[in-house]
Amino acid sequence: MRPTVARTLGRGLVRGLPLLWLALFFLVPFAVTLKISFSSPATAQPPYLPVLDWQGGLEGWREFLEALDFQNYQMIASDALYRDAALSSLAYAGLATAILVLLGTPTAYAMARAPARLQPTLVALVIVPFWTSFLIRVYAWIAILKPEGLLNAALLKLGLVSAPLAILDTPYGVLIGLAYAYLPFMVLPLYAVMSRLDPALREAAADLGAGRARVFLTVTLPLALPGLAAGALLCFIPMVGEFIIPDLLGGPDTLMLGRVLWSEFFSNRDWPLASAVAVLLLVLVVGPVVLFREAELRREEAAEGMGKGATGKGVGTGGGR
Amino acid sequence: MHAPLPPPAAPLLRLAQVTKRFAAHTAVDAVSLDLASGEFVCLLGPSGCGKSTLLRLLAGFETPDSGTIHLDGADLTALPPHRRPVNMMFQSYALFPHLSVAGNVGYGLKGLGLSRAALQERVGGLLQLVRLDGFAARKPETLSGGQRQRVALARALAREPRLLLLDEPLSALDRALREETQGELRAIQRRLGTSFVVVTHDPAEAMALADRVGVMERGRLVQVGPARTLYERPASRFVAGLLGDVNLIEGRLGPAVPGAVRSVETALGPIRAGGEGEAGAAVVVAIRPERLGIGGEGGSDATELSGTLAEATFLGDRLRYRVTMADGTVLRASAPLPITGPAPSVGAAVTVAIPAESARILPA
Repeated sequence: MRPTVARTLGRGLVRGLPLLWLALFFLVPFAVTLKISFSSPATAQPPYLPVLDWQGGLEGWREFLEALDFQNYQMIASDALYRDAALSSLAYAGLATAILVLLGTPTAYAMARAPARLQPTLVALVIVPFWTSFLIRVYAWIAILKPEGLLNAALLKLGLVSAPLAILDTPYGVLIGLAYAYLPFMVLPLYAVMSRLDPALREAAADLGAGRARVFLTVTLPLALPGLAAGALLCFIPMVGEFIIPDLLGGPDTLMLGRVLWSEFFSNRDWPLASAVAVLLLVLVVGPVVLFREAELRREEAAEGMGKGATGKGVGTGGGR
Repeated sequence: MHAPLPPPAAPLLRLAQVTKRFAAHTAVDAVSLDLASGEFVCLLGPSGCGKSTLLRLLAGFETPDSGTIHLDGADLTALPPHRRPVNMMFQSYALFPHLSVAGNVGYGLKGLGLSRAALQERVGGLLQLVRLDGFAARKPETLSGGQRQRVALARALAREPRLLLLDEPLSALDRALREETQGELRAIQRRLGTSFVVVTHDPAEAMALADRVGVMERGRLVQVGPARTLYERPASRFVAGLLGDVNLIEGRLGPAVPGAVRSVETALGPIRAGGEGEAGAAVVVAIRPERLGIGGEGGSDATELSGTLAEATFLGDRLRYRVTMADGTVLRASAPLPITGPAPSVGAAVTVAIPAESARILPA
């Protein structure tokens, strides 16, 4: 078909709209945050300086740019609070991701091996919690974990403990909350990959003498790695910046970047410092994504290289016969 | 002639009354079969006849509802797949995509207590056997269909199974490669002396490969024997039709007479054919197209019928005829080329000779 103006326009819209969306709702806010992170706090409206004087022309821009500095980043670098919060956030997210891998892998495997007619129901059950607000679900855990809560009542009744366990307002509470809230994000990508694995592969492994454990470890798990990686990233990234769970279940002493950011923003009204923390958070979570993409690309390239070698060799063999 | 060959003194594999049901559907129905060591057996039948289920019962992926499976005298019936001295080559090959060719072939050798060097040597030997030396480090996705098939074969042979099961081993290959691979498969089987059970829906493949062919129909093993016996002396119209083209002429069996040849009353007149049965029973006379004599050269004991040659088609190595008989029945015949003597012309009256020794009486 001949490209008409309408077609070109339509094509441009299809391609341009997502880009426009990303620019409007991701790039612009990020640029604003980045700009504020270079500003200084002020008792004013908005609560930071400098503010660009749009009427000032080039001179106004020069003054504006000169007033920006790295003071907030120097603050973050020098104050141990931010370093500790960053490390502690990474530790919480890392530990919770490990727990989620251990919980999610058998769950997803059991779902993928369940009778085919049951599987849609099982997937629905994994998704059902999303129908309730995240906040309310985390609140509910307070009722379960508090000293006089459901868990302790049950443990005391069963005689497993003699005094209520302190779980709420401890790191354990945070880990339980993280593992609970993010389990679907680990299970669903893993299930998606595992349910698509050819059952004949498992049968072939069993046929070649592998017991159930070896079949799982040498065939199912390696082939499910892309799902595991996707699930781990989907959980790890938002968990690093998690605010609600440490705030509700972690007590006042839990140190995570999300809470630091919140208190800088709302308690101290230090927007520039809060913005700098937000940028730090972004850098922390973008790191693993970039590493993952790199590894993925390298693997694809390696596979492609093999493919090319194969064609060359295949031709050679064909001619020789 | 319904009975399989007399069972060898000590069969390698013995299936006794093996039955497998899925809900209301009986996939495998009271199948009994003995297999000698080193024998090559093909299970032949249309899709859904239960041949693949029978293979999965042998591999251990399914457990029979009743009946027993013995290998070398040991009861396999309840043994899980990984404990059976039986290996399987899958129709899809089921090669592990994350492992190299060597990793695939060596998978079954891990855990056998072989040293690294011994394992590598075994893998090397197997790759040589299937003519894939030099491919050890390659991933399955980089191989052609024929190469994958050979990796699958090497992998299935790695543990030196007593019995190798092959599920439609050649169905994914194109025609030219299939014929070449049939010969290779046979050669490898002879060299190793391993017993092979092959499942196929292709009668030409079954006849080319197997010492004995077992025909399955709706879960039952209806006839077992050498391909030639099945072709020339089928037990039923199903077997006759499955193995190749056949003319079936309906009729009633005449009275019993001394000797093997009986007379059948048909719409074309009495036809003399070999077989048994009660006098007056409804039967069909089965005759292969290449056994029909066009032009009346039918041998000493032949029924001669007259018809009109409706069509003659040149097929390179033979001529195919269609002859319309007096009552409208169409018989198919074929004659190898070149033809000696004058070829009958289309529209001419011809004599069709049905040699009694080639015509079989089968239950209707």
